[in-house]
Amino acid sequence: MTLTHYYRCFLGIVWREALRFFHQRERFVAALVRPLVWLLVFAAGFRAVLGVSIIPPYETYITYEVYITPGLIAMIQLFNGMQSSLSMVYDREMGSMRTLLVSPLPRWFLLVSKLLAGTAVSILQVYAFLAIAWFVTVTELIEIDVPVAGYFTVVPMLVVSGLMLGALGMLLSSWIKQLENFAGIMNFVIFPMFFASSALYPLWKMRESSEWLYYVSVSNPFTAAVEIIRHSLYGQVHWEYLAYALACGLLFLGLAVLGYDPGRSLITRKGAAPA
Amino acid sequence: MGHSRQAIRAPATEAGVPALEVEGLIHDFGAIRALDDVAFANRAGDFTGLLGLNGAGKTTLYALITRLYSNRSGSIKIFGHDVRRQTSRALSLIGVVFQQPTLDLDLTIEQNLHYHAALHGLSWSEAQTRLEVELERSGLSERAHDKVRTLSGGQRRRVEIARALLHQPRLLLLDEPTVGLDVGSRHGILSHVRRLCREDGLAVLWATHLLDEVEEGDKVVVLHEGRVLATGGVPEVNRRAGARDIREAFTNLIGGLTET
Repeated sequence: MTLTHYYRCFLGIVWREALRFFHQRERFVAALVRPLVWLLVFAAGFRAVLGVSIIPPYETYITYEVYITPGLIAMIQLFNGMQSSLSMVYDREMGSMRTLLVSPLPRWFLLVSKLLAGTAVSILQVYAFLAIAWFVTVTELIEIDVPVAGYFTVVPMLVVSGLMLGALGMLLSSWIKQLENFAGIMNFVIFPMFFASSALYPLWKMRESSEWLYYVSVSNPFTAAVEIIRHSLYGQVHWEYLAYALACGLLFLGLAVLGYDPGRSLITRKGAAPA
Repeated sequence: MGHSRQAIRAPATEAGVPALEVEGLIHDFGAIRALDDVAFANRAGDFTGLLGLNGAGKTTLYALITRLYSNRSGSIKIFGHDVRRQTSRALSLIGVVFQQPTLDLDLTIEQNLHYHAALHGLSWSEAQTRLEVELERSGLSERAHDKVRTLSGGQRRRVEIARALLHQPRLLLLDEPTVGLDVGSRHGILSHVRRLCREDGLAVLWATHLLDEVEEGDKVVVLHEGRVLATGGVPEVNRRAGARDIREAFTNLIGGLTET
């Protein structure tokens, strides 16, 4: 196997993921509607209730919409990561995961390629969301107030957070048996990660109500995703959280590759229906 | 005719090497022994029927050969390449048709095949050439741009077989490929694969519990409760089991065992 083979294989995986993305319109629409409801309804309603004081990277008082936009971007990637992991479980049942795994290329490479493909799809979704949010800003219904440069400086962080959250999904798909329905993931992964993070409220506010919840939220990898996105939208880098997100991403990926290693017998145990 | 083409494709050094050689294979699922000391071989140009009831261990065996699971003991060699140590080389020589359907229903036949070709490192133009050849052989050329969802069960199987052959493997593994198909499609697929075996010198391992899919000239491996009860040519297996045909031989073999 030469580098050319790796390259072709990688392109093939990305190409398929893109095709599936464009063929599953419902999934795309759902991925857009969810954050838009939060932005246009929830944030508008909460604006009056919650005043957000000046915290980095913001230099003035900001409205609540401005505050939660990065959190919603990260939420899009979180859902995407979980959904691709679910589709992997589904794929495995349907067998198309098997098609992937009988490729002669190394398994870690196949999984990383799939991860990158999923991340690319999540970034497409993020930009579709930003485009609509920008349009709504123009109509002055709400204002998300992202500087033009921010739309570009956010890209590297979207790659990092997309990979980290995708790797988490892949990890879950390889180790946990009961991933068959999405409700389980919503309850046990998405909701806790989303609510115990800085996506909806600044963590210092959280600290006022509960010290331990504050520490949980500070160390939540999803908070890292939200914060690196938030800072990059304003041309800044949150180095600590960037390092943390990278470390988590590598850890999740390593465990996922281990989970899909045939020698570790995890798949064996899962596919334990001897037929 | 088949012999000469096979000779062209197989390098002289590999002339005597079995396409698939399984030795001393044991596999457990927890406390359950799924495969117990399984051993057999098949050669280029052999059509081997892997016969066993549901639960005999056929699918487990396929998962081990394709390295979905890892074998702890025993060895599996593809043209002399151990699947555990030379995984990449071994896998590149195998084409697989799994028991469950594995096509993307929302993509076209051609898109499905291109994806698979990419996984095996083929370039786009190579893939295009190869898939045209294989679709032609399966009589599906005109449907190339149709979504898989619109195909019948038999046609989907043909696509999966065409896909398994894209990277020109020399060993084709099929796990109960005719399950759920009507008699006509079953016959069509069976004769298609037999032709590939004859014309291309492809080694075929065909798992089934339908004994009428086996012919007199085939090899068989009888697998029951994880153990190989008989291997060899059909007449030989029949004779040793004291039976007139393979159906009787199979019944004698597994019946004799359950009684003891």
